[in-house]
Amino acid sequence: MTTMEKTANVPAPRSDEDYQGPLLEVRDLHVEFHTREGVAKAVNGVNYTVDAGETLAVLGESGSGKSVTAQAIMGILDMPPGRIPQGEILFRGQDMLTMPENERRKIRGRKVAMIFQDALSSLNPVLTVGYQLGEMFRAHLGMSKKDAKLKAIELMDRVRIPAAKERVNDYPHQFSGGMRQRIMIAMALALEPDLIIADEPTTALDVTVQAQVMDLLAELQREYNMGLILITHDLGVVADVADKIAVMYAGRIVETAPVHELYSRPSHPYTRGLLDSIPRLDQKGQELYAIKGLPPNLTRIPAGCAFNPRCPKAQDICATDIPLLHPVTERDGTDLPGRGSACHFWKETIHG
Amino acid sequence: MRDATKTSVAPGSADEATAEPAAPAAPVRDAAKPRSLLQDAVRDLVRKPLFLVSSGIILVLVVMAAFPTLFASADPQLCELGRSLQKPSADAWFGYDARGCDVYARTIHGARTSITVGVLATLGSAVIALLLGLISGFYGRWIDAVISRGIDIVMGIPFLVGAIVILNSFRDEDGFRIGGIWGVLTALTVLGWMSMARIMRSTAMQTKQSDYVTAARSLGASTGRLMFRHVLPNALTPLIVLATISLGVIISAEATLSFLGVGIQEPTISWGVMINQSLGRIRESLHPLLFPAGFVSITVLAFIMLGDAVRDALDPKLR
Repeated sequence: MTTMEKTANVPAPRSDEDYQGPLLEVRDLHVEFHTREGVAKAVNGVNYTVDAGETLAVLGESGSGKSVTAQAIMGILDMPPGRIPQGEILFRGQDMLTMPENERRKIRGRKVAMIFQDALSSLNPVLTVGYQLGEMFRAHLGMSKKDAKLKAIELMDRVRIPAAKERVNDYPHQFSGGMRQRIMIAMALALEPDLIIADEPTTALDVTVQAQVMDLLAELQREYNMGLILITHDLGVVADVADKIAVMYAGRIVETAPVHELYSRPSHPYTRGLLDSIPRLDQKGQELYAIKGLPPNLTRIPAGCAFNPRCPKAQDICATDIPLLHPVTERDGTDLPGRGSACHFWKETIHG
Repeated sequence: MRDATKTSVAPGSADEATAEPAAPAAPVRDAAKPRSLLQDAVRDLVRKPLFLVSSGIILVLVVMAAFPTLFASADPQLCELGRSLQKPSADAWFGYDARGCDVYARTIHGARTSITVGVLATLGSAVIALLLGLISGFYGRWIDAVISRGIDIVMGIPFLVGAIVILNSFRDEDGFRIGGIWGVLTALTVLGWMSMARIMRSTAMQTKQSDYVTAARSLGASTGRLMFRHVLPNALTPLIVLATISLGVIISAEATLSFLGVGIQEPTISWGVMINQSLGRIRESLHPLLFPAGFVSITVLAFIMLGDAVRDALDPKLR
């Protein structure tokens, strides 16, 4: 008994203290959904890492698998119909997928937290926001009701909700959209987690509020030195906040790059298409570029490169061979750190 | 409304008083005073005639059940054959039955049994329905399959046959059937929870899909917390409404069983028992039947009306 406890306990704290690797590492993650139309392959071998204090933006159209990846990390996928046939999700070196459920639950909220897109539907309508914020402290830390409420007020101040003390007993529907999203952020931040996943945190908000919420999120992230995974389809939101970007298409990462390099020199035709379809003032009067066609049906992903039916540069090889994520280099072969492109013709794409 | 505002402001008033000049936000806060969904529903309800009338009737009936002597001074068990089947008069407002008992006194005293059975059986079946429906709706899969088929099986039992079987198993040491309220309570509870459980199951399933349940899960809430804190309060409304309506139905079911002679028996008085006793002489005089039957009808109507009003108030779609 004692020996078992020792062997079980000793490595865990050590790996926590001296752990040197990335905060979160997703390795070759696959997620599929079993539907009546067949197996929908939502995520097909995603790899990424996030370090403490770093912001990774995951970019992609609806259905590209960016949210499903996040749900898999959080362990909130509906299984069934969802299934994770292979892959690892390492949080501080520990695989969350093989962890027992109660251990995983302890990580959720305390170490890894999530911010959802629609704050109104993500807050329980029959409970006051003070109660829901305080719930984090009561459930995870066993605080008393009174202390938890004080902490809730503190948190609401932290995310700059005016008159927090008076509003702590209000219900979610009595707050504006921006304020509700702040409450969501406060809930995720409550226990100062190491990693926050924000799933389109500003999509439901108007543009001015979007900027405020993103600024707040970035500021809090810096302050607590958290890792942040920002899932979005809004290229504008990403530019200011992210450190690096992973572009997803049909469940695969097609390009990775540090944020500004991606905008200046995309190395995948899909990324180029996305950037070209941003409306620009200097092109007033001209027709707005759009990527032709539709994202593929996930039950019938095209053979070869999934993007090939829509790609302006597609050749024969694109319909047969799946391109791997090649490291991207300068024309003369110097390494471009952090850059990768899953395109057979990445050289032509980046270097013209 | 004014009272509510006052009490909620009171605790902070000491601080507010010192900061009086710098409190322009105060009137705004008054206007947007937080109201829970329940408070909203109550505000809605007190303006509805349907609710006022039905709850007035129910209040009278409950007082009647609790303190029958306030309403009737005559002894309900004092029967003199000499006044058998006398018509209603100033002495005995509802007249006398075949055995010469005061129908008014018996009706008033009968309210206690009928309403107790109705309320307890409804509560009992609502609790069973809530737990089973919540568990099967929340967990789904094989647990749901087992519970749902269980519901189907119990639902397949014809009510009267099931009730007679259950009531017949309530016997004392000598093998005589016990005619008290426990047998009837058990029968009505065991046979009355199924449709409520089905409603609970379906709303729990629906609520479980909500984003806020996923959000709570992603923030580390345990299964119990998810079920009782997040799903239950949001899934409870249809069950409350159905329970209110079925209360009326259960009261009439109690009367049915007692009328058939398998339910409550003398010396316990209930409206069903009175209806049963009145039938032998129905061609000579109707009043021993009409008064208790009328009370059953009014009570059932009041509870169903209350259920309707509560449903309207709690259903956000009808706002």
